[in-house]
Amino acid sequence: MTDTIARFIGFSARQLPDDVTAKLRELREKETGALPKVLYEAMFRNMELAAELSRPSCQDTGLVQFWLRCGTGFPLINELEGLLREAVLQATAETPLRPNVVEAFDEYNTGTNVGRGVPCVHWDIVPGWDGCEIYTYLAGGGCALPGYATVLMPGEGYAGVSRFVLERLTEYAPNACPPLLVGVGVASSAETAALLSKKALLRPVGSHSENERAARMERLLEESINALGIGPQGVGGSYTVMGVHIEHAARHPASLGVGLSVSCWSHRRGHLFFDRELNCTAASHAGFQP
Amino acid sequence: MTTYKDGRRILSAPLSDDDLRSLRIGDIFYLSGTLTTGRDAVHRRVVEEGRALPVDLRGGVLLHAGPIVRPLEGGGWEMVSIGPTTSMRMEKFEYEFVKATDVRLLIGKGGMKENAARACRDFGCVHCVMPAGCAVAAALSVEEIVGADWLDLGMPEALWTCRVREFGPLIVSIDAEGRNYFEEKKAEYRRHKDEQLARLAKELAFRE
Ligand code: SF4
Repeated sequence: MTDTIARFIGFSARQLPDDVTAKLRELREKETGALPKVLYEAMFRNMELAAELSRPSCQDTGLVQFWLRCGTGFPLINELEGLLREAVLQATAETPLRPNVVEAFDEYNTGTNVGRGVPCVHWDIVPGWDGCEIYTYLAGGGCALPGYATVLMPGEGYAGVSRFVLERLTEYAPNACPPLLVGVGVASSAETAALLSKKALLRPVGSHSENERAARMERLLEESINALGIGPQGVGGSYTVMGVHIEHAARHPASLGVGLSVSCWSHRRGHLFFDRELNCTAASHAGFQP
Repeated sequence: MTTYKDGRRILSAPLSDDDLRSLRIGDIFYLSGTLTTGRDAVHRRVVEEGRALPVDLRGGVLLHAGPIVRPLEGGGWEMVSIGPTTSMRMEKFEYEFVKATDVRLLIGKGGMKENAARACRDFGCVHCVMPAGCAVAAALSVEEIVGADWLDLGMPEALWTCRVREFGPLIVSIDAEGRNYFEEKKAEYRRHKDEQLARLAKELAFRE
């Protein structure tokens, strides 16, 4: 299992997930301006070369993050965290990934892509299930910068949420390598909203919230962010986002927490599933051989 | 010198004043010739410590980047991966840096502000951006690494001098007149934002 995950991390540094590639292809077709066209051409050429030459597609291979949905009956539940850490070490050496982990306060690069609290692992425990889903994510530095969470007065309402998102993106999106995937968390406090905004980025591109109003807000925000005109790499264009995903939780009547996480066009998300026999499937990358 | 190939505009370094003055914000071109990488630490050495560059950048090209380079068996180096880093981090130093080194073309990621624009106006320099996230394609247009200086700064911060061929696409972000593409665009994006917020406020009045 360690070996499969390590190989998958390397693979996902070289090849974008199928849904992201499809979305980029669609946006490339729809952009009409000369600058966007040249940029998409360069981006697609790079994707092809990265796959062909087996090299990471972006020089910033990010910080490795995992989100688990793990059944309590999964046979390796006790070993998982250690095994994921081992997989990151292995992928760093074999791919190779750029060493990106700097220890806080001591301010040195560990050189291995592991460190205190890194790779970061979020757990959703599923009682009575024996499978395990692993979402992998390579978090680049440039697209982490727009990230933000705050707590609004409930009176500001959903218009306040959209103001928060649009103001942040107007200033920060051009430099975060758009077209972006935008994750918004709506909850009670800063940390719950922030976490949900990250979880939102792990959904397939173009999926919608099961709540009808949230889904409507996803579409409205997508239209509005596109209408800012930022375009690919911030040079101006009709499409700035691949999508907007909202995840939400109930809140206190007196607070409206909102979080924003953003991923660049090089959205290196992966999704693996292991059953109790450790048979593996990669839902995000049809081309990956487990 | 400017040439055209398959409809692409290719500039050769060292760049003449005419080349530089022919570039306007929003123009697309490719670069052939020599460029040198340099980022935060190089700027600090030159501007804060007043040290002279070991590379002659007069009329030359500086790329804001921290590449991944691999030593070759039998000497020399190979470019594995190279992509632009955020130019704004160099903004604070750029006027003094251009003045001290006479560099004439800056390449990076994202726009720069008034300090760099002033350098462009005063010295006839140009800033341009290249698409980020395209490290493999960029590395392949590096034909040879011809110089490695200030290696004590570490691999990403060192001065790597490279011979490149049709390196790009490059988009002019600040031209020699000091016009600033991204600042002009940002004013546009802000106007659009106000229009969109007014629309969303009407649409998003969810009640129980
Ligand atoms: S924001 Fe994404 S594409 Fe841009 S440099 Fe960072 S990791 Fe690469």
